[in-house]
Formats: sequence, structure tokens, C-alpha cells
Amino acid sequence: MTTKLFGEPVQRREDARLVTGQGRYLDDLGPGALAAAFVRSPHAHARIKDIDVSAALDVEGLVAVYTWEDLPGALAEPLPLLIPHPALTHGRTAYPLAKDIVRHVGEPVVMVVAADRYLAEDACALIEVEYEFLKPVVGVEEAAQGVHLVHEDVPGNVGAHLVQEVPSREGRSAAEAIDAAPNRLEFRLDIERSASMPLEGRGVYARWDADDGSLRVYSSTQTSTSVRMAVAAKLGLPLPKVEVIAPDVGGGFGVKIVHPWPEEILVPWAARTLGREVKWTEDRREHFVSSAHERAQVQHVRVGFDDEGHVLGLDVTILHDHGAYTPYGIIVPIITSTQLLGPYKIGAYRVEFSSIYTNTVQVTPYRGAGRPQGVFCMERTLDRVAAYLGKDRTEVRAANFIGPDEFPYDQGLIFQDGRPLVYDSGNYPESLRMLKELIGWDSFPEMKARAAAEGRRIGIGIGCYVEGTGVGPYEGGHVQVTSDGRVHVSTGLTSQGQGHETVFAQIAATELGVPIERVSVVTGDTRRFGYAVGTFASRAAVMSGNAIALACRKVREKALRIAADALEADPRDLEITDGIVHVAGTPSASIPLATVAVLSNPLRYAFDEETKRATQFSGTSAPDRPPVDEGEEPGLEGRDYYSPIRSTFASGMHAAIVETDPETAEITILRYAVVHDCGKLINPMIVEGQIHGGVAQGVGGALYEKMVYDEHGQLLNASFMDFLMPYATEVPRIETAHLETPSPLNPLGVKGAGEAGVIPVSAVIASAIEDAEGIPIDRMPISPSDLHTLRLRLAG
Amino acid sequence: MKPPPFEYHAPVSVDEALAALAETGPHGKVLAGGQSLIPLLNMRLAAPSHLVDINRVGELNTIAARPGGVRVGALARHAAVERSAEAAAVLPLLRQALALVAHPVIRNRGTVVGSLVHADPSAEMPAVLALLGGSVRLARLGGEREVAAADFFTGPMESAVEPGELAVSAFFPAPPPRSGTAFQEVARRHGDYAVAGMAALVTLDEDLRIAAARVACVSVGPAPVVIDLSDACDRRPAASVPWDAVAAAVRDRIDPDGDIHATAEYRRHLTGVLAVRALKDAARNAGTEAADE
Ligand SMILES: Cc1cc2nc3c(=O)[nH]c(=O)nc-3n(C[C@H](O)[C@H](O)[C@H](O)COP(=O)(O)OP(=O)(O)OC[C@H]3O[C@@H](n4cnc5c(N)ncnc54)[C@H](O)[C@@H]3O)c2cc1C
Repeated sequence: MTTKLFGEPVQRREDARLVTGQGRYLDDLGPGALAAAFVRSPHAHARIKDIDVSAALDVEGLVAVYTWEDLPGALAEPLPLLIPHPALTHGRTAYPLAKDIVRHVGEPVVMVVAADRYLAEDACALIEVEYEFLKPVVGVEEAAQGVHLVHEDVPGNVGAHLVQEVPSREGRSAAEAIDAAPNRLEFRLDIERSASMPLEGRGVYARWDADDGSLRVYSSTQTSTSVRMAVAAKLGLPLPKVEVIAPDVGGGFGVKIVHPWPEEILVPWAARTLGREVKWTEDRREHFVSSAHERAQVQHVRVGFDDEGHVLGLDVTILHDHGAYTPYGIIVPIITSTQLLGPYKIGAYRVEFSSIYTNTVQVTPYRGAGRPQGVFCMERTLDRVAAYLGKDRTEVRAANFIGPDEFPYDQGLIFQDGRPLVYDSGNYPESLRMLKELIGWDSFPEMKARAAAEGRRIGIGIGCYVEGTGVGPYEGGHVQVTSDGRVHVSTGLTSQGQGHETVFAQIAATELGVPIERVSVVTGDTRRFGYAVGTFASRAAVMSGNAIALACRKVREKALRIAADALEADPRDLEITDGIVHVAGTPSASIPLATVAVLSNPLRYAFDEETKRATQFSGTSAPDRPPVDEGEEPGLEGRDYYSPIRSTFASGMHAAIVETDPETAEITILRYAVVHDCGKLINPMIVEGQIHGGVAQGVGGALYEKMVYDEHGQLLNASFMDFLMPYATEVPRIETAHLETPSPLNPLGVKGAGEAGVIPVSAVIASAIEDAEGIPIDRMPISPSDLHTLRLRLAG
Repeated sequence: MKPPPFEYHAPVSVDEALAALAETGPHGKVLAGGQSLIPLLNMRLAAPSHLVDINRVGELNTIAARPGGVRVGALARHAAVERSAEAAAVLPLLRQALALVAHPVIRNRGTVVGSLVHADPSAEMPAVLALLGGSVRLARLGGEREVAAADFFTGPMESAVEPGELAVSAFFPAPPPRSGTAFQEVARRHGDYAVAGMAALVTLDEDLRIAAARVACVSVGPAPVVIDLSDACDRRPAASVPWDAVAAAVRDRIDPDGDIHATAEYRRHLTGVLAVRALKDAARNAGTEAADE
């Protein structure tokens, strides 16, 4: 078995466990725990007048009922505003249990703890909450008029307002550049709400150890370290007395980076208060109305361009629907407004967004995190420019690309990490060339003509994006080689199915020269690694991957030093292959890494044959030096952190061929092609899997998924019956090609790959439908019924 | 999403089941495949205090195919009926329609009779029963009645089954010779309930002209909407039928609602399109049938 595994399509090591039902998800834990359930608001906006729990008290098996009035100390305060920003002048967060006003259907009002979930729900059904109705504010444009308010003290419902402006090289503002341009267009775009919708919802399970005064919390989260800090703070516990573990997590896609969720602090608090194990497992209906959504925006675009299609000025005004609260700040609209520019350098740019409160579920990042909206805007704009000029759509894109020799390229904006938006590397013309070849762009007109002759309508579409990945502030890695030769890797960020157990092991095996079978990986367990940020923003491979590589390099360096002593060789002459340290070119002069690990830890007490070598009468340590030299530590382990100056910028281009039925208006994706550049590939198979999953979610956003609120703020499709996630049958075969432009910013040269697949899909499908139908497509998703309506409008 | 408390009955014979239903009256509900009832219970949209589970009543697990038609017992699963070669030989429409009912795992559990009693206006099997003019046999302690399809579907999610009654079987009559059938639908995703759809039956005369044509539409009314299109087809061979007029006749006869998946206008348009497609398919199948005679 070779140990050079970086870049190889190694099979996912976690899959055997996960696909044979051996996964340990939140609800698999604590079978004997008490169950929590919640009474949630049935109204979008109301004042709580009275809560009558008396009828519930008769339910057999009831253990406790809590309302806001029962919450002590910091628990009774609003949840934290996780990411403050100067433009977020009116950030608002919810109370763990509603205090006096509910602001969306699904907001938790009463917590019930009972012997099991059935009984807890029986008790919930008997609790009567009296409400005084307030006017629900639904629809971002209506909300922006500010006639009725979601929060009494937030005028106009505006939580945040931010303008960023980049003048042209000649110093023109966007308005001036547009006015001076030979051609101008102005239009509006609409993007619907969707949601992360992981197969496994949220969930929390807590165990209080009264003797030890310590708390163990399991949470289906994307950040166990930060949940730990939040729980300790809210419950007033010393940090070392709280441990948080993310077990197997059945998908996150962004929603589980938000924390602490009300349940995430209420369940541990109940466990401590009651001295019993307590568990809450979110059900699907709860997930629809009490987690988070994303996407919804209305955009107004003005663009000025020359006759070659160069964009001279672009002005975008965005109304961003933030739902009822802003716990995650304004990350989503910031990303939309900065990543909108994609692979293009344009003349002058002005972007303005208003983040508006509505009486709906809060909006926080979902895979893509604001980028699908931005890419929809830019790519729809370029398609319109091409149509206006009668040019090929790829030609207009190429005219605006940043050149391969222009990196690092500064877009002149401030990105989501508070740092300048500077692209590290890329090769956009080459991506486009590869994509056109993969999909057969240039021969498509003939294909289209042939189809038309058969009475069929087909169209081709394209979409390009740049994705800032691997945002800071940092991640760490810890690597320990034990005396049995095993390598234990841990990092603080969590896994939700991405394949971290595999890629982190590939990195460690490659760096240390050990067989991958000897490497084990633990993520998201604060007992193993206490410092971390979390898994989001396509950052795990970049951040933890590099941190683990750096930690491995420390271990390797130490191993070579110890081995050099033992072999009486120069460490610079040593190599490690298959777990054996040897002199390069002289395989017989060697020592197993396991033995090096033994020697690294001077012992008084042996615990097996092997470790006798490290005891004090074995003669292995020099009598004139302390057993552990100054500046050294016992053991063969290393810890290191990776903290980048700024994000890496992955990119990609997608193209699709769709067919629309002239009679039924059904839309079928015939082909879907992806060219993807995430720098150096650690595992091409895993990257492809990430792309496939992303495209599948993108197809959902393009053709199926929307959250339908009525004027009362009721979510009309809060189940998988009516919220249409695509099945495997709706997802096309995805053809991929990889381009590798390494990132100069990190030791491994990698960029993130987790979110990429989803980002341009709506833009691509809109482009293709528009090509097939000759009708401008300016809102997504689009259903057959919508397309039929557009056809009627065109005909009438 | 956990059901409210209920008492569970597990009869092993029809007599026991009828006794339990008689005893519990309006408080009792039959549990068949559970594919519709269990979600309703879990969402607390239904709260019967007694569930009478018929899954152990082996005598209801029957599929009897005779030249005159197919009788399906209350415990016959969608999948079993779909796979039955005998049933398909008498009535190809059963298989044509069942392939469109949900997904294989749901068909493994859901029952044809349960689907009829559940009477979802978007479901395929009620349309099939209505198109063919079939019937459902209802038993109660000490009695039995056979209810014709036309009287059975009384509204959206409402059927003629009274408290205390068990639907023991449904009868799908075979159409006359030189007949062909088809099912056409458009669903948002593979296996979903149809946005619009229909079962079609065409009978040819000896000169292979369309003698009779009928469709039963789903998702466009409170119950399956049966429309006789024999006149619209004008006793012509399929190739020269004025299909636009047929589509218009269908659109005239329905009054669909709009919902979050489709406007009323789109449903009306689509139903016309699908009627023509289904009737053409059915006429082709009738032609093959006639050629085999
Ligand atoms: C995801 C999903 C997709 C689906 N898609 C479709 C689809 O596309 N088309 C479609 O037609 N169906 C669809 N279904 C429904 C499925 O076909 C059900 O199986 C069927 O509607 C009910 O059959 P059942 O045996 O499961 O009945 P149950 O769920 O057990 O019962 C349904 C109702 O009928 C009553 N009942 C059942 N049997 C009897 C009886 N013998 N006597 C008296 N009362 C009885 C019950 O009391 C209950 O009220 C879908 C279901 C799911 C979960």
C-alpha cells in the first residue's frame, strides 16, 4: 500500500458504517432519556395574553412544563446575535421561549418534558395559549413599506442597510458609468425562499452528572465548540465542566451552523434542573417552521455596456427578506452583494441592500449562502446583454473575464470575513473553453434545429461563479502517534457527511508516510479538540486540512529527530515509508514509527514488551541529559493551527441543455455539465460527490422548491408532500471536468468544494429555458404551471 | 409528529374485524396499509380513539381475475395487483395506473381498496374504478352492500363507507371487446400525486372507428370526473378524430381549482392535453386488442 494518498480517489471510509445503519445519529443516543416537545406559535404575529397549562398536568408521564417566566438568569435574555456588523443597526434575536410576542408561526412558547415524546406531545396538545392578534407582515416588498412593524422598535422593518460602491478605473461612479454607456438595460429579478432541509433535523441530548457538576451535550450541530461556549455561558457553568459532541450528523447545509438554538440551551438546562437525561429530536414539521430558510430576494438591476458587451456600470438594489430575527447577522446579503461579481471585472459597481424583517421563519445561510442569488443576478444580466447585442452568451462572458495573469485580483469590496475581496487564483478562459467542449456549445444550434424539425423545444444555458471559500478565523489539528503505531487525528470542526474521515486521513497518511488504515480521525468532539470555528463556507478542507498537515509536519520533524538519534543518522537523510523511518536509499537502517513513539515518551513503568525500550534502565537515554530535553514534550504528537489572511476563491462554470414540452410545459434537463476548479484536489471522487449533491439541491431551487406563505404568515407547504425536493429521478446525470489552479495562500494549495455545485444552477436553468422558449426568465423557481402562464402572457 | 393515544385492535378474521368496528362505531378507523392514515395520525389531523388493524386478516388478501373483471380484496397491496399477470391480462389499466401510484416502497404497503376508501381526488385508483363503472363491497356486522363507483366517491377524501363498515373488496369490470385503456398524468416529481391526469377507455367498432370513448380525470374536481367523449370523437378512426375539439370538450366539462403547484387555468389546459394523449394511447391499445382477436 502506497502512502502517497493526497489527490487519490480513495473510497469514503465512513460509508460502510453509514450505509449499513451503523451510524450514530442524535436520536440513536439516549434511548432512556426523557423527551422534550414544544408548544409553538400557530400565529405569525401575536401577543401572548395567557398560558394555561392546567389541563396538561393530568397527562401521565408528564415531568415538567416551562414557559419564559421559568427561565433563570441569562436564559431569560434574547439569544445571542452571533455576527454583529455596523450596518446591522437593528439586529434582533428571539428569546429561547417567547416572552410576550411571537413573530412567526413555529416560534417556541412552552417546553414540555415527559417520559416519552408521545406523552410530551399529548401534553402540548392540552396547553392553551391565549393570543391577541397583531398584524402579520408578510412579503418583503410589503414589509419594506413599513406600514406595520415586526418589531415595534425597528422603523420601516429595516434591520440593516449597506451600500458598497466601487468606481471605475477612470473614477466614474456606477450611475455615471451607466448613464454614459452606449447601451443600458433595467429590470427586476425575484428569487424564492428555500431551505437547507437536511434529512436529519436538529436535535439535542443532554446528560447532567450531579456528583461531578458537569454536563455532556450531544447536538446535531455544525459547531460543537461554539455550542459549548454558548451553553456554558447561558447556564453559568465553568467551561471545563461542559463538553459538546456532534455525533454522526445527517446533513447540515448551513442551518446547523446557527447556534445556540433555543432547544440547544433549554434541553441542557432541563437536564440539569431535573437531574435526568433529556432529549429533543426535531421533527419535519418543526424543521419547516422553526429552523431557518434562505434565498428570498428581490433585485433591481441597472446595467450599462458597450457594443462588445463589456459591462461599464452595474447598479443592483436588493431587498433581502430576513424573516423575523437576525441571529446570523447579515452574512447572506453581504455575500450576495460581493460574490455577485463572479469571474468578471466590470467598470463601476454599486450595490445596496436593505435587510427587511417579516413575520416568517428567520433567514440564515443555506449551502451557497447568498451566492445563488448573486450569480442569478449577474448571469441573467449578461444573458440580457448578449440578447440585446445579438451576441453569443459565452462571448459576452469572455469579454468581461478577469485574465489569468491578473491575479491576485482586488474587486475593491469588503467580503464576509471583513477583509478585502481579493481573488487568489483562477483561469476563467480555460474553464469556459473546457465547458464549451464538454457540453458541445458550438454545435448546439444544429442540435436545436434538428429538435425543432421534430416539433421539440430545447435550449442551452450557462452560468459562471466564483466562490470565496475557506474563511477564517482559524482551525486547528492535533496528531498523535501512539506506541502501537496508530495515528490519531482530531480537529474541532464537525462533519455532516462530507467525507472528512477520509480526506483528513489522506492528508495525515501522506504527510507522515503511514498506511491510511492506521489513521483515525475524530471531528466535532470538544473532549478531543477545544478550539474551532465550525463547518460552513466550504472551509473544512482548507482550514482543518491545512492545520492537520501542519500538525503532521511537526510530528514528522520530531519523529525524524528521535529516529536520527536511534539510528545515529542525520535527520535530513531520513524518510518515512509505510510507517517505517529509514535512511534514504538504505532500507535496512530503519526503525518503525511505533518504536519512535515509544522512545518519545521516557517511562518509569513499561506496560508491554515494546515499551520496555523507553524505561530508565534500558540505556536508550543519554545519562548527561534530562530524559525530556528543555523545550521538548513527552510523546509523539503535534498541534498546529491554520489561520489565513483571507479566503481562497474557487470557481466554476455550468451548462445545461433542457427540453420544454410545447403542450404540457414540463421542463426536463437533458444534460448537465460542470467544470470545477477548487485548487488542488485532495480526493477527486469526494469533490465530484459534493458537486453532485450541490447540483441536486440547485435543481431543487431552480425547478421545485419554494416556501409558500399566505398573507396571514402561514406556511402552506410545511411538509415533504408539498415542499418539493427533487428525487433522484429529477436529478440529471452530471458530467464533470476539473481544472486545478492551486491556491497560493495555503500549504496544500486547496480551495473549498462543499457548496460550489448549488451556486449557479438556477441561473443555468433559467438561461436554458429562456433559450428554448424565447421568453425572458426573471424569477426562480419555475414550474410547468409558471411556464404555461408565461407562454399565455407572451401570446396574449 | 406522534399520534394521539388510541386503542389498538388486531382482528384475524373478517368477523372479528366487523365486531370491533361495530363496537367502536364512529370512534373506530380501519388501518390497512397505513400510507395515508399514519401520516394523518402523526400530524394529529385525525384522532380516532380505536384503530382496527386488518393486516392480519388473511382472507382479505385476494386478487381474483375472471373474464368479466378483477375483484381485489382489502388486503391486496398496490404492488401485488400491479405485478399480477392474471389481473393485467383481464384489465391492463390496473397495471397502467398503479405504475403511477407513489413509489415502489409505498406500493409495497398501500392497498388498492384503502386508496379507494381514502378517496383522494388526485389518486389514480378511484379514477380507474369510476371509469370502468366498478363497485366496492362494504360489510358490517350482519350485512353487506355493493356500492357503485358513481355513488361511492362522495367528495374530497370522502367515500360512502359508514361508521362500522369495512370495505372488503372492490370489483373492476372488464370493458367490452375491442377496447383499449391508458393512463396519462403529469406530476411535479416522479411518483407524486398528479397535477392533472386521467384514465381513458376507448372501444372500437368492427371498422376500427371509435365507438365509445370515456375518460375519468383526477385533480380537477372533488371526486373523479367521468366524461363521455364518444360524441366528440365522432365515430371516426383515431387518425381523423378532431382532437382539438375533444380537448375543448374536456376543458368545458371540468372546474379545477388552483393551488400552490398549479393555476386552475394550467390544470384545465393540461387536462385537455392529457385527455387527447390518453385517448390516442387507448385507441392504439384497442387496435392491438382488436388485431389479437
Ligand atoms: C409519499 C406518498 C406518495 C403517495 N402518492 C400517491 C399517488 O401518487 N397516488 C395515489 O393514489 N396514492 C398515493 N399515496 C397514497 C397511497 O396510495 C396509500 O396507500 C393509499 O391512499 C391508502 O391506502 P392504504 O392501504 O395505505 O390505507 P390506509 O392509510 O391504511 O387508510 C387510508 C384510509 O382509508 C381507510 N381504509 C383503508 N382500508 C379500508 C377498508 N378496507 N375499509 C374501510 N376503510 C378503510 C382508513 O381508515 C383511512 O381512513 C401516496 C402515499 C405516500 C405516503
